[in-house]
Amino acid sequence: MPTNEVIHGLGLDDYKFGFVTDSEPVFRARPGLDADIVRQIAARKNEPEWMLERRLKALAIYESKPMPKWGGDLSELEETLAQTYFYAKPHEQMERSWEDVPENIKLTFERLGIPEAERKILAGVGAQYDSEMVYHSLKEEWEAKGVIFDSIEDGLRNHPELFRRHFGTVIPAADNKFAALNSAVWSGGSFVYIPPGVHLETPLQAYFRVNQERLGQFERTLIIADEGSRAHYIEGCTAPVYSTDSFHSGVIEIVVNPGAYFRYTTIQNWSNNMYNLVTQRALVHEGAHMEWLDGNLGSKLTMKYPSCYLMGEGAHGEILSIAYAGDGQHQDTGGKVIHVAPRTTSSIVSKSISKGTGRASYRGLCKVYDGAARARSNVECDALLINETSRTDTFPYIEIDERSATVGHEATVSKVGDEQLFYLMSRGLDEAEAMALIVRGFIEPIAKELPLEYAVELNRLIDLEMEGSVG
Amino acid sequence: MRKSPILAVRGLRASVAETGVEILRGVDLEIRAGEIHAIMGPNGSGKSTLAKVIAGHPGYEADGGHVRLRGEDLLGLEPDERAQAGVFMAFQYPVEIPGVSIANFLRSALQARLEDGEELDLFDFQDLLSGCMELLGMDPSFAQRAVNDGLSGGEKKRNEILQMAVLKPALAVMDETDSGLDIDALKVVAAGVNALREENPEMSVLLITHYQRILDHIQPDMVHVMVNGRIVESGGPEVALELEAQGYEEYKRTHAA
Ligand SMILES: Nc1ncnc2c1ncn2[C@@H]1O[C@H](COP(=O)(O)OP(=O)(O)OP(=O)(O)O)[C@@H](O)[C@H]1O
Ligand SMILES: [Mg+2]
Repeated sequence: MPTNEVIHGLGLDDYKFGFVTDSEPVFRARPGLDADIVRQIAARKNEPEWMLERRLKALAIYESKPMPKWGGDLSELEETLAQTYFYAKPHEQMERSWEDVPENIKLTFERLGIPEAERKILAGVGAQYDSEMVYHSLKEEWEAKGVIFDSIEDGLRNHPELFRRHFGTVIPAADNKFAALNSAVWSGGSFVYIPPGVHLETPLQAYFRVNQERLGQFERTLIIADEGSRAHYIEGCTAPVYSTDSFHSGVIEIVVNPGAYFRYTTIQNWSNNMYNLVTQRALVHEGAHMEWLDGNLGSKLTMKYPSCYLMGEGAHGEILSIAYAGDGQHQDTGGKVIHVAPRTTSSIVSKSISKGTGRASYRGLCKVYDGAARARSNVECDALLINETSRTDTFPYIEIDERSATVGHEATVSKVGDEQLFYLMSRGLDEAEAMALIVRGFIEPIAKELPLEYAVELNRLIDLEMEGSVG
Repeated sequence: MRKSPILAVRGLRASVAETGVEILRGVDLEIRAGEIHAIMGPNGSGKSTLAKVIAGHPGYEADGGHVRLRGEDLLGLEPDERAQAGVFMAFQYPVEIPGVSIANFLRSALQARLEDGEELDLFDFQDLLSGCMELLGMDPSFAQRAVNDGLSGGEKKRNEILQMAVLKPALAVMDETDSGLDIDALKVVAAGVNALREENPEMSVLLITHYQRILDHIQPDMVHVMVNGRIVESGGPEVALELEAQGYEEYKRTHAA
């Protein structure tokens, strides 16, 4: 195990900062954020005192940290934040009707062949889900094994000890401005615990659970995979998520205990007004194995770098990511692998597609600490450009303090070739079909890792996107 | 009674779109239903360019003349429309499409031929594909390989013929399919082409080659010699045998640019 100093050096320890106030919470529905609003959130959730204190501390950290100057363009974000209602308005007021959902979103649902009932949920106007029966029988099976799969709120309520022991230990509020914001105002998300040695064949799908609520704007997820367990968690879907919010900032914390295997799959397709700034990180202990499979579509700007902190000897971390930047969109994504212990291994494979004026940036960090003897890491990032106006760039940061480490980095940029298009068209595919086939082939190494229904939806989505790419 | 032509090329002039450099300088060629025509000629004489102009490669501009398939003008059509009309070109240098399996690709190509809303029957497709692979002596696992990516030179050529077998064109243009094939593979491919013709006697073939060898297996009705962007001689199978003996020197001298 790494020493305390090392963990401290990594910035993983909780932020020690006193913050006390005794004013009474007075709730007014208004945009913007202050301590009253944070208190209001905690009061509504009936949270224990320690959580409120954490929230308030986090708020102070949030306020003290400047907007990041790197990554994407956040210049308009202050304005957006000032307009944001951090305390959700009463439910009735939030209710939207199907009529309010923009036509282009409805059309996309229709063309993706998404059933009526699901369309409403995705658009945030419905609350029933067909698979509820399926979910209930799975839930019984999981409960019999001692697996906890709850909302984050229920996690805190029903498993206070376990929750408190891990919450904020992987991503402390002080980690970055948006982690602080999330820590102050989080709401919604999952709490998962897999007991030692339990293997789950069926993936835990957040979709089952969150259909009753809306996908939280400040979702918070905490997952603990205990020793020798094995599980796969899936979140999101490829259909565009329509939301009137234009800011999403989640925090996902995962603890993978010795010998456990955990995979977290997420595919998200936000509407193109969205700032999507998510912090997701896993602590991977001795001999454990963590995989992030991350798909980012849509949004105005996404900044997201799933990370693996390889804390125990022989820990393995893997990050597979697909980013698709359409017209006017910026995907600033990648991954971070931090090698702390000896013989840790990691790999990052990132594939991005830029279409129209879209921009996809790969931003990755590989850090090997002194003492992580014979650590090995390999990074491969491939970018595909669809049009002349499309853009891609690569920001690989590599910091190695251990002489016996081996680190590989490979980056390629390719354009959809005229010869490829001609070849496919000479077999009878039209230009859009040919383009879609090339793009599908490009992401195939990652798409084949997706559950079948997600891969199929992703392919359909690509077909749809490519129809708009040819002049 | 002579059949009406499947392919009619008349006075075709074509240049490289980007530079305007002229490559085809008035090509005349007529292929009737079920006929096999071979084109031979020195390197750089314009054989592949002719094939690509017939298939609709956007890198070339047709400056004059016409190309018709069963009387329908091809030059105004996109490559995919030409394919749908019945043109197929087996590439001299097949293009790699990483991550796309041959089976997937062929399924998409067949699906593209159907009316909107019509779905390709997957069982029919499987039957068709495995039938064609058997005909060409291919292992079924080959269909799971990526399109040309990581295939050997000979495998790429066989992949072209597999596509031809599945897509069943009215006109098959085979650009040096024989180059790079080993002796056994050449026989298998030739037998495959002959079997396809038996199945569809109306299928016409334009076969570009440098060697007599393939013509021993696929007997041409006509052999044309292309030099410097023109067809300078046409005749029966004997033309190929004469070329084998004498080479192109004489032609090159009399048809210099
Ligand atoms: N896209 C292009 N840009 C520039 N020159 C071209 C292009 N395509 C063909 N050419 C030129 O046109 C001439 C004919 O080329 P083509 O490929 O048609 O010859 P070929 O008869 O098929 O030769 P080979 O027997 O070597 O395959 C050559 O001089 C070639 O360099
Ligand atoms: Mg050639």
